[in-house]
Amino acid sequence: MTTRRLERGGRLLNRARPLGMRFDAYYVRAFEGDTLASAILANGHRLLGRSFKYHRPRSVVASGPEEPNALLGVGEGGRFTPNVRATTEPARDRLVCRSQNAWPSLDTDVGIVNDWMAKGLPAGFYYKTFLSPRPFWKHVFEPFIRRAAGLGEAPSEPDADTYETTYAFCDTLVVGGGIAGLAAAKDAADRGDRVILVEQNAHWGGRAPVDGDVVEGQAAEDWVRDALRTLDASENVTCIPSCQAAGVYDHGYVLLNERLDGDGPRERLWRVRAGRVVVATGALERPLSFAGNDVPGVMLASAVRDYVVNWGVSPGERTVIVTNNDDAYRTALTLLNAGLEVRAILDARPKADGALSRRVAERGVDIQMGRGVAKVLGGKTVTGVATCAQSGEGEVLQTIECDAVAMSGGWSPVVHLWSHCGGKLQWDAGRAMFVPDADRPPLGADGTGFVTTTGAASGDLTLAGLAVDVAQHATAPILPVWQMPEGAPHALRAKSFLDFQNDVKVSDVRLAAQEGFESVEHAKRYTTLGMATDQGKLSNINGLAILSDALGQPIPQTGTTTFRPPWTPVTLGALAGEAAGELFQPLRRTPMHERHEQAGAFWEPVGRWRRPYCFPQGKESHADAVAREIAATRNGVGMLDASTLGKLRVSGPDAGRFVDMLYTNMMSNLGVGRCRYGLMCDENGFLIDDGVVARLSDDVWLCHTTTGGAERIHGWMEDWLQTEWFDWQVHVVDLTEQFAQIAVVGPKARTVLERLGGMDVSRDTLPFMRWSAGTLAGIPVRVFRISFSGELSYEIAVPANHGLELWDAIAAAGADLGITPYGTEALHVMRAEKGFVMIGDETDGTIIPQDLGLDWAISKKKDDFLGKRGQQRTHMTDPDRWKLVGLRTLDGSVLPDGAYALDEGRNENGQRKVQGRVTSTYRSPTLGHGIAMGLVRRGPDRMGQVLFFTGSRGKTIDAEIVSPVFYDPDGEKQDA
Amino acid sequence: MRRHSVFAIAREAMRDHTGWPRAWARVEPRDRYDVVIVGAGGHGLATAYYLGKNHGITDVAVVEKGWLGGGNTGRNTTIIRSNYLQDPSAAIYEKARSLYETLSQDLNYNVMFSPRGVLMLAQTHHEVRGYQRTAHANGLQGVRTEWIGPGRVKELCPIMNIEGPRYPVLGGLWQSRGGTARHDAVAWGYARACSDMGMHILQSTEVTGIETGPGGVQAVNTTRGRIACGKLGLVAAGHSSVLADMAGFRLPLESVPLQALVSEPIKPCMDIVVMANTVHGYLSQSDKGEMVIGGGTDGYAGYTQRGSFHHVEETVRALVETFPILSRLKMLRQWGGIVDVTGDRSPILSKTPVDGVFINCGWGTGGFKAIPGSGFGFAELMATGASPLCAAFGLDRFREGRFIDESVAAGVAH
Amino acid sequence: MLSLHCPHCDLTVEETELSPGGEAHLTRHGPGSDDDSFEEYLFLRPNLKGPTLERWRHAYGCGKWFIAARDTATMQVFGTYPAQRGDCPPEIRDRMEGAT
Repeated sequence: MTTRRLERGGRLLNRARPLGMRFDAYYVRAFEGDTLASAILANGHRLLGRSFKYHRPRSVVASGPEEPNALLGVGEGGRFTPNVRATTEPARDRLVCRSQNAWPSLDTDVGIVNDWMAKGLPAGFYYKTFLSPRPFWKHVFEPFIRRAAGLGEAPSEPDADTYETTYAFCDTLVVGGGIAGLAAAKDAADRGDRVILVEQNAHWGGRAPVDGDVVEGQAAEDWVRDALRTLDASENVTCIPSCQAAGVYDHGYVLLNERLDGDGPRERLWRVRAGRVVVATGALERPLSFAGNDVPGVMLASAVRDYVVNWGVSPGERTVIVTNNDDAYRTALTLLNAGLEVRAILDARPKADGALSRRVAERGVDIQMGRGVAKVLGGKTVTGVATCAQSGEGEVLQTIECDAVAMSGGWSPVVHLWSHCGGKLQWDAGRAMFVPDADRPPLGADGTGFVTTTGAASGDLTLAGLAVDVAQHATAPILPVWQMPEGAPHALRAKSFLDFQNDVKVSDVRLAAQEGFESVEHAKRYTTLGMATDQGKLSNINGLAILSDALGQPIPQTGTTTFRPPWTPVTLGALAGEAAGELFQPLRRTPMHERHEQAGAFWEPVGRWRRPYCFPQGKESHADAVAREIAATRNGVGMLDASTLGKLRVSGPDAGRFVDMLYTNMMSNLGVGRCRYGLMCDENGFLIDDGVVARLSDDVWLCHTTTGGAERIHGWMEDWLQTEWFDWQVHVVDLTEQFAQIAVVGPKARTVLERLGGMDVSRDTLPFMRWSAGTLAGIPVRVFRISFSGELSYEIAVPANHGLELWDAIAAAGADLGITPYGTEALHVMRAEKGFVMIGDETDGTIIPQDLGLDWAISKKKDDFLGKRGQQRTHMTDPDRWKLVGLRTLDGSVLPDGAYALDEGRNENGQRKVQGRVTSTYRSPTLGHGIAMGLVRRGPDRMGQVLFFTGSRGKTIDAEIVSPVFYDPDGEKQDA
Repeated sequence: MRRHSVFAIAREAMRDHTGWPRAWARVEPRDRYDVVIVGAGGHGLATAYYLGKNHGITDVAVVEKGWLGGGNTGRNTTIIRSNYLQDPSAAIYEKARSLYETLSQDLNYNVMFSPRGVLMLAQTHHEVRGYQRTAHANGLQGVRTEWIGPGRVKELCPIMNIEGPRYPVLGGLWQSRGGTARHDAVAWGYARACSDMGMHILQSTEVTGIETGPGGVQAVNTTRGRIACGKLGLVAAGHSSVLADMAGFRLPLESVPLQALVSEPIKPCMDIVVMANTVHGYLSQSDKGEMVIGGGTDGYAGYTQRGSFHHVEETVRALVETFPILSRLKMLRQWGGIVDVTGDRSPILSKTPVDGVFINCGWGTGGFKAIPGSGFGFAELMATGASPLCAAFGLDRFREGRFIDESVAAGVAH
Repeated sequence: MLSLHCPHCDLTVEETELSPGGEAHLTRHGPGSDDDSFEEYLFLRPNLKGPTLERWRHAYGCGKWFIAARDTATMQVFGTYPAQRGDCPPEIRDRMEGAT
């Protein structure tokens, strides 16, 4: 047994609440307050994982989210989570967890073969090989690499948990609930700020209670408890434990990620807008780089005392401490006080006589100055260390038998949140750390800094700079030690690990420098240092120091890699929040939606709307339903829900002038009571929308847009009115959702409306392309005689709250006439039979009205309209442009969507030349054969010519160029 | 240059890898080169490479203000495809894709090109028609794509939710020979080959001014001195307008942030690349096991190389909806870059109003997949004055109205 | 994530309420203009790395357009003003110039 539970101690434990868990094949006894790491160690298991590349055995190295090794798969089924950090996951009764990235077992992993081949697998080896034979990359090498890569298993079932999001605003956000953070929160609260204080752990206090600090004369633990009480009592303060600040974004936006207990959502995402952010995130201890520093049992010195004090766990019976600074001596005292042996302290400094080291010396511990670890003995677990002179080349001076090594290479302030929005760092050579440069903070919207740091995050490890009084110990300075020993030969450097998860060693970084990867970013990417799940929290500084040494340049010149959010990984489900399944996006429905659902509609998404595509009856196929709907409409009467089309009311003294600019047509001379089909183009001259415009009164025009175009065209109108012609008096209102719209279509349409009664819909009173207001079935309506199908057609606008009522009334009135609801597909086919274009089908963002034979809609009398100048450019007036025609296959079949008409030869790039393409294609039930519209070079001049269109599997289909108006070319029916 | 091979590795392993030479030489700038290229990203380095390889022009300097490959080349989501709609786009992207297929061997550097297939999902009828049109066009352009139905989509990607409920998958456009490559390796491979040809890659060298005279371009002024040049190629993506301004002309460009993110690595669960334009997101799994996620640009100008978080949320939301098993995975890192977007969202490879100055920019969100094709064509344009691959992408197309608009077929990120 | 002050609502609002509109104060050139001017209007943009004027619409709010003076390199905002004017207010212009 190397690691075990101590009989006493464990300030976070509730020993009255024992738990049982399973880790791989082992039963693990734990207590409430344990983490998975503390519990597993307490049960005597040191091996928790295997490293990424070499599959070397790995154990816990740290005690917090910075942990690179102890990643486990936790839970089962819909609650299985891979890559869980054992150091931060709370123990729960009956929890099941398993190790990752080892086969067949953690103990005996075949992947260890990689370690045996490590000499041949240095950093970047894969760039230099796997080059031949060429097909082997795809079929042999890559699949093997992919299978060996990755850490945890992918979940196989949908997430059984839910996630919540919320918003908050505050004046001061304090990140970190240690002494510095609590003090800062109290200050801000006293000033009257709205304060949010977050702490990533479930417990408060940071390092101070573990290290036994005295704050304002009180034991740290007590001071923390009192501070919390004060804060909790303040109305303007919100304290959130188990909550990390994942990222700081521009203009004071901070993302918080809170872990929740209980039966509700698993996590909560906070979107916070803070006036200022105080970063009190402390500092992380650095490992030392010596050979074998990755062997299970080697741990950060501060983590050793965390396990002893917080969780009553002994990380080792006989520990050797290796350090370059005074802080590690605290670990000696903690171990001794717990009744554990400290075999020796190897202090790399030539001499040091701080208060802490004197206290340890007084306890009789063997302190060796100027010494380091040449090599750790043991493979799967520490069995001893070979010592050497730090200033030498690794010649072994002594072998010390031990079962654990506590290492401390110094401390690095946690500067991530400071850096996310551009806060700069400076290198403090005396303390061997990067600290925030307070003169170059991240700047907010007003150009001043909006983030500050305090406490250890500022580099103030002893909290001497705080307003609260923290008892100080006189300490000897740190000696930067980036390689142990200083003159280590390659063999030792090749076993001195920097990045424990990605297996990046000192020798790898030196190799990167040798090969010219001199920028810190190049070195990172080449070696993958800092790219693992811990994102270099324990490795970045050590790595860049080695790089600096290899390049012979000072550390500040090397600099750091970019700090990016998140601080620690955030569950993707938490980012997705509640917007999943039916709530994924808002759904827009018409007032008649339910009725269509009841009628068996097959739905189609059109923007955020749902429209019925067709209404299959019984076992009808969609094609049969569409054919039936068309036949019923053309021969009798059909009804369509047209509510989704945009309706924009444009009014005011300058409304006429405005619509004249928006449309290619002249609209200001449209008579009251009349309707006109209009085209809108952008300033490039390209068609962006079409629709019928109705003149409602002298200064009111009602503009219809395509479905989903309402907001876009309304925005377009407002853009011009507010930013260009802002002295024109025009008012635009989007009425799309105020009115339902129902089209009653077919030879018997008039009969149906006459049965409803209320207004005169005769041909004389309401001819084609006019509108009229009145009532139908007692409901106020506006009726437009417009037709997209080519039949006698009435489009009826009715206030939305009467939409369903009118729909039902129409259905009832037409029941004995066989009135048939039809959907978008029937609509599309019917308009194609009439040669009517559709935005999005005949247009693709590069089509001008002249291409579609719509020259008649372009006013020659207007000097200016949006798009006019654009259409005058050379490419737009090129006679070779492809223009709209109808296409009819010789064999009556249906041309495929998007088919191209072949031309002779190939272009300069070896591509086949083409002379046209299909834009809409359908089977016409009315005509009994396939019909299509397309764009063909000089198409209208080539009536009767046969073209060869691309089919499937290299076949071609012959089609003749015809008029696009296949049905009722004289337009008698719509004029009925 | 030491040739890379498994034998070389074995040999070097014997001597602790001390024999590996620098991948690219450390050099001092000369005061003149025949060609200066500004921007040592993938496009700039590829241009230099093909100037040497195809045209024998090796008196070349590639000037880079940061570290080579540190711009968008080092930040993208590594997707390679050529299933574009318009002829000129298909030509240059397919040229790129086919060069990628043998790039590792050509450069003697493993760029890890993985032709595992790219799928563009169709989730509306409009998209179905658009992709079917693209399939027809691709057939004529020599790009191998096919339209596939939902059943085949599910076979290719079992973790996908094809049922919706919001946007059921109606099918997709499948390019089986598209895929991914290791972005850094592409830059490093080209850089090493250029260096080997005697070209100078000048990192940490910022261009501060461009000198022009009656005969056209004379020199660039840099933080390491003045460098005269016969021809100048500007290949600096998001910073193109800054450089164009120095040369005295303007571009139809907007520089906007583009963000991406990766998850923690997991064992292989997805073999193909999927782009879902309706919901705005795309996804693949790297060789390391990370899920690589991208979406659309932040819609407004920015040079900060970071973006607004709600865009990331929207992208993640779309992908969790489409790939439910993503939910319990964790975002490991997010980042951003600056992409330059043109008036028709297609690139510019062109001469400029200044004699001797050529511009290669405007790749927007579609730069990485184009690197070899862009370099090949742009080198040809600079060396000979014309290139079929570049012909349609001139600066003058905007005043003529000759848009190359891919929005029908564009990926979320072009 | 931006927050901008909508001068119409007199409120500072989140980017999620806003919709971007590109470069501000473009001069429209219509029929009769030469090719250079038209190209300038539709396409050529300074695309500055530094203080710029750009259009925003408070789409999920009052629906009105305003213009923001913002530094595209540092995200500093120098001020916002209603779009219904042809030029930048002098005090905002001064702040922008102070920053360069």
